[in-house]
Amino acid sequence: MADNLPCNIIEQVQTICDKHGNNPGELINILHEAQHLMGYLPEEMQRVIARKLNIPVSKVYGVVTFYTFFTMTPKGKYPISVCMGTACYVRGSEKLLEEFKRLLGIEVGETTPDGKFSLDCLRCVGACGLAPVVMIGEKVYGRLQPIDVKKILDEFE
Amino acid sequence: MKIVSLNDLQQIKKKAEALLSLREASDKEAQEQACGLASGTTHMQVLICGGTGCKASSSHLIAENFNKLLQKYEISDKIDVITTGCFGFCEKGPIVKIIPDNTFYTQVTPDDVEEIVSKHIISGNKVERLLYVDPKNGQHVSDSKHMDFYRKQMRIALRNCGTIDPENIEEYIARDGYMALADCLLHKKPMEVIDLIKKSGLRGRGGGGFPTGLKWEFAHKQESDIKYVVCNADEGDPGAFMDRSIMEGDPHSIVEAMTVCGYSIGAPKGLVYIRAEYPLAIQRLRIAIKQAREYGLLGERIFGTDFSFDIEIRYGAGAFVCGEETALIHSMEGKRGEPTLKPPFPAESGYLGKPTNVNNVETFANIPIILTKGPEWFASIGTEKSKGTKVFALAGKINNVGLIEVPMGTTLREVIYDIGGGIKNGKKFKAVQTGGPSGGCLTEKHLDTPIDFDNLLAAGSMMGSGGMIVMDEDDCMVSVARFYLDFTVEESCGKCTPCRIGNKRLLELLNKITEGKATEKDLETLSTLGKVIKDTALCGLGQTSPNPVLSTLDNFYEEYAEHVRDHKCRAKQCKALLTYSINPDLCIGCHLCFKHCPANAIAGDIRKPHSINPDLCIKCGMCMARCKFKAISVC
Repeated sequence: MADNLPCNIIEQVQTICDKHGNNPGELINILHEAQHLMGYLPEEMQRVIARKLNIPVSKVYGVVTFYTFFTMTPKGKYPISVCMGTACYVRGSEKLLEEFKRLLGIEVGETTPDGKFSLDCLRCVGACGLAPVVMIGEKVYGRLQPIDVKKILDEFE
Repeated sequence: MKIVSLNDLQQIKKKAEALLSLREASDKEAQEQACGLASGTTHMQVLICGGTGCKASSSHLIAENFNKLLQKYEISDKIDVITTGCFGFCEKGPIVKIIPDNTFYTQVTPDDVEEIVSKHIISGNKVERLLYVDPKNGQHVSDSKHMDFYRKQMRIALRNCGTIDPENIEEYIARDGYMALADCLLHKKPMEVIDLIKKSGLRGRGGGGFPTGLKWEFAHKQESDIKYVVCNADEGDPGAFMDRSIMEGDPHSIVEAMTVCGYSIGAPKGLVYIRAEYPLAIQRLRIAIKQAREYGLLGERIFGTDFSFDIEIRYGAGAFVCGEETALIHSMEGKRGEPTLKPPFPAESGYLGKPTNVNNVETFANIPIILTKGPEWFASIGTEKSKGTKVFALAGKINNVGLIEVPMGTTLREVIYDIGGGIKNGKKFKAVQTGGPSGGCLTEKHLDTPIDFDNLLAAGSMMGSGGMIVMDEDDCMVSVARFYLDFTVEESCGKCTPCRIGNKRLLELLNKITEGKATEKDLETLSTLGKVIKDTALCGLGQTSPNPVLSTLDNFYEEYAEHVRDHKCRAKQCKALLTYSINPDLCIGCHLCFKHCPANAIAGDIRKPHSINPDLCIKCGMCMARCKFKAISVC
């Protein structure tokens, strides 16, 4: 087994499944709640869910990998999401993303080796008036230029 | 209290009307002079935009500061602070509106609150620096009615957004809320309701434009032990946010409309399928459902009739294809959101194999007002085949970014120049993309086309959900097409070959073009392959995914040809085709570019002209952004 989940996490996942009546139709709702526990959905957690719902683990894995909201890699302490919605794109979000990649030395979907930052793209937070937009944790940074990126990262030093 | 009769509802309405009368009266007759407590005004209201965009700019802190200061001055009993839904003018957010003089403050920061309270609310003088400035004549405009952005709009689906407190059901009731439901349940047969919707000419606002009444009728005619009403709130089109705004600003209209739909088709259960990326909309919807239950407007025996209805929320998990109704239904069943072939239509076999009616948020938002004002009223707005209004999310290189609602038949020119205030920084208009990744780019020659479902299709685009992205001369149309294709390739569910593999090939061709490695033959392949995918893909996503490519090929062929033939990108967006160089006559050798070049591609001694080594240059543009002497150019 790839991961060893702490006992209390396994119990919590099982409770979530029970709460939803162990109904396979509730799989997506269960995964949402389960992802909340650790910020991602490790393989072992998916096995626990599959056993509880009495469905093949391949089904669970199939759903997890289908939806972009679910992830199997742990996020950084400060997850960075660069909005790649159309409004942000035409206002230069691609250049922003390049700058984040360059300064952090990671690609989209990766986490820095110290676990501090992870980098992702998202599609539209709906703050198009502030385009281009970057979210770090819950905070929204608007109207950014590549030149601002270093300053923002320094805030988290 | 539980509402069990029309009388109960009317009583609540009467009581709640006092809450809104101030806002409605001041909307009719705005005052030039500011009102203030000092000049004898006894009751004022502060409306603060609580939409996602304004919240991102700390509008919740603005509300907090108002409450704190009003307490400090001991005037909180005379002033209500109300957080509303989105006003639509996101470019100028956060917005704060003062009632009764209807003053519309823009780009307010939490620090501005002190001045608004002391100067405006207490002394009765407007804070001029926070007023909107008309770009045409530099004059301050304090009432939103007199702003070009609002003048040509007609707000039907957005009628309550920015006016009511979305977390207070009584404010919704004061605006005729739940009256349509009461009337349907108490006085009309289901088929009569459906006939009214059919007569109104309402067409689905999610993209397809299918007549809503007809859809309801199909579901109504099915015999089944149980049926479902589904609200499609999986707004996946990047750059469109009208559904989110409606749910954030007027969630009860969705609850009411779904209940009416449930009654009409004979469904006891409603499900809202909403994006997990919309936490605020989810929260507001939850509150609305809870309140409706408390008031007896959801649950058993609504208005004392035999009809029972309840609504549950289901979360999406970020898959664009789930906007397609069969895919959405599979996702609600806890499966991968892959579409299936229609027929059978969801109306015959949908959620858990039962008859299901799926409508989009904006479609539902139109239902209550159609029923209260009558289908003739609704049908009198719009064009021959597209009735009513449409909400558009105006974004991109335009002065007034925001959410607008205009009657069908309004031209693109009116939307972009009158409402949108024209192109940013005085640049030249190049194209407008409607319909998101499924739509196409329209150009100058389409500017005077009246917008409706059929005209947009004829012009090679589509209405889609209503995203409208404006582009200027700095946007490369090949890159834009590639951007959309990149999106569809990522979002393709992979079930059918044309979409899974065809789109990937299209993307590879576009990459080749932007890298200057393509041939004329590739342009031909691009067009043929695009058409084949359109004809053969399984669902709406695949069938429309080549649209951005085909429409840009049609309208901007010369630009594609330049990339291929001359290895040039006129918009200077395609990195591989660019060369950065330093003009030795302008460079003073300040060394700033040298310091900031991440690739060490710049050489030169201090106070002597520098130069760029093209072999090392990664074309990031950092040097150009840093140069204070405009010595660096790109071609």
